[in-house]
Amino acid sequence: MKEQSASGSFSEAPPRVNEWKRFWRVFLQRKLVMIGLVILLFIAICAVFAPVLAPHDPYRGNMREALAQPSMKYWLGTDIQGRDVLSRLIYGARTVLLVGFVTVGIAASLGIVLGIIAGFYGGVINLIIMRIMDALMGFPMILLALMIAAILGGGIQNVIIALSVATIPGYCRVMCGMTLAIRENDYILAQKALGSNNSRIIFQHILPNSLPPMIVLITLQLGSLILAEAGLSFLGIGIKPPGAAWGAMVSDGYGYLMTNPVLSFAPGLAIMLAVFGFNLVGDGLRDALDPRLRGLL
Amino acid sequence: MTTYIIRRLLMALIIVILVTLIVFFVIRLLPGDPLLIFLGQNAAVEQMTEEKINQLRKEYGLDKPVMIQYVNWINDLLRGDLGRSITYRDNVGTLLKERFPVTIHIGVIAFILGNVLGIALGVVSAMRRGTWIDTVATLISYIGITIPVFWLGLLMIYVFGLQLGWLPITGYVSPFKDFWESTKSIIMPVICLMITGLAVIARQTRSSMLEVSQQDYIRTAWSKGLRERYIVFGHMLKNGLIPVVTLLGIGVGIIFGGSVLVETVFAIPGVGRLLVTAVFQQDYVVVQSGVLVLSFIVIISNLLVDISYGWLDPRIRYS
Repeated sequence: MKEQSASGSFSEAPPRVNEWKRFWRVFLQRKLVMIGLVILLFIAICAVFAPVLAPHDPYRGNMREALAQPSMKYWLGTDIQGRDVLSRLIYGARTVLLVGFVTVGIAASLGIVLGIIAGFYGGVINLIIMRIMDALMGFPMILLALMIAAILGGGIQNVIIALSVATIPGYCRVMCGMTLAIRENDYILAQKALGSNNSRIIFQHILPNSLPPMIVLITLQLGSLILAEAGLSFLGIGIKPPGAAWGAMVSDGYGYLMTNPVLSFAPGLAIMLAVFGFNLVGDGLRDALDPRLRGLL
Repeated sequence: MTTYIIRRLLMALIIVILVTLIVFFVIRLLPGDPLLIFLGQNAAVEQMTEEKINQLRKEYGLDKPVMIQYVNWINDLLRGDLGRSITYRDNVGTLLKERFPVTIHIGVIAFILGNVLGIALGVVSAMRRGTWIDTVATLISYIGITIPVFWLGLLMIYVFGLQLGWLPITGYVSPFKDFWESTKSIIMPVICLMITGLAVIARQTRSSMLEVSQQDYIRTAWSKGLRERYIVFGHMLKNGLIPVVTLLGIGVGIIFGGSVLVETVFAIPGVGRLLVTAVFQQDYVVVQSGVLVLSFIVIISNLLVDISYGWLDPRIRYS
């Protein structure tokens, strides 16, 4: 690390600080970010170790103990089929993370590629790609997903397809904007003068420079994806029974709101916590990766 | 300004055409015979005679090339013919006409309340930054962004409907029939529909008000000894709300997307619920036309937002 003298009598530039160190300091010193990380870690542990953590079988229930109130045996009670709600909640973490990460993976990679193409080559290509993206954005996300699900039928795979299609435009737009902005820089011109080809410029300069905003977008997008997935599975489109999805659990409990409110309350709270976690971490990343703060702090 | 508007109009037109193409071809992705679009998934196409199938194909125009089918469909749309529903045995246009007033009634109130309250919350928390008011406002906007709207609906049904018995649990009453009952029936749906938009608007308003408050002309205004009320409403809001305006278009989308969920929770006979039931009954014509009409409204509101944005901020117009 290069430490400069603090005198600063002939330079207004702040002392340079290692980027990574600065990032971690800004990111981790905030209490809210830590809360978000703890929530996400907790959900991830539930998802990974579900078979170990779940006290009962999440898919098979005991009909004689259907709709049991919370007790020592069933901490959160049982549903109409006598299945343990807590175990289903724990297994539901798998569904949420699976849908979230796979969707983001598909949508972000397609969006990034399309965005770079649109931004880098410009002209007619840009016009065509961006107008298609505008058109996709004209549909409210859940409506587009609903339409696709209507055609392909429910099931986790089709939910992933539907949500991917619905979220590609967001990544594509940001990536296109970033590419356009970076392309105009003098150092790109210098690279071209030195004989760099397009792929070198794209992989060495444009991609790494647009990584920070993409990471922030992806994290925040995970939150809204979880909400959308929950919404779809609440409507009954999504993972097929007996699979466990939090949204579907809320809707299953709807009919027993008077006697067993915990059936709906618990999964809803889980959804909210997961979204909250991703939003807190996303906000923290945005502040920590803010280029305006680079070199400071 | 005129060229700007014309350019925006052309752009919107292109987007509308693309949206119709997407909707048309997504529906054609349906596995199996395209006749199923018009007859429903349960129609036993395989058991029909060749003659009968050909006759049906001709009837629905499926014997023509796909592009001709598309043009014919657009032609029908332009004449206001949205096709026929399988389950309701009625024109989709009629079905939508019956349900739209309900969705619009709840949606417009949620839209106006959400935006007004969101802006107010954002302004107050920016002006009282760091105080308990700011903390409460930030908390509300975090909850608004993270809470699943259908779950919020359920919670409210439990508290205000089942436990306290203040509000009707489900259903919808037209305001022309009984204004008081109608208002009671839409309180919970409106809160559910507006909460997300409110939170998004409040966040944006807060951050852009804070940004404006750093400007030199605001410092000048303070040092001139102007009253806070005058500075906030006369100087800060004018510039601080420009970025908020862009969110209004997104807000319309949030409302329509949310109405699908909220109308299901509260059993409200609106367009959102119609679409959900149509998905389950595999009534593709209804899904197709319903999604199309809603997206069309979203595109028009985005167009209006773009135009007003250019009007408010001359830098946009000339770029």
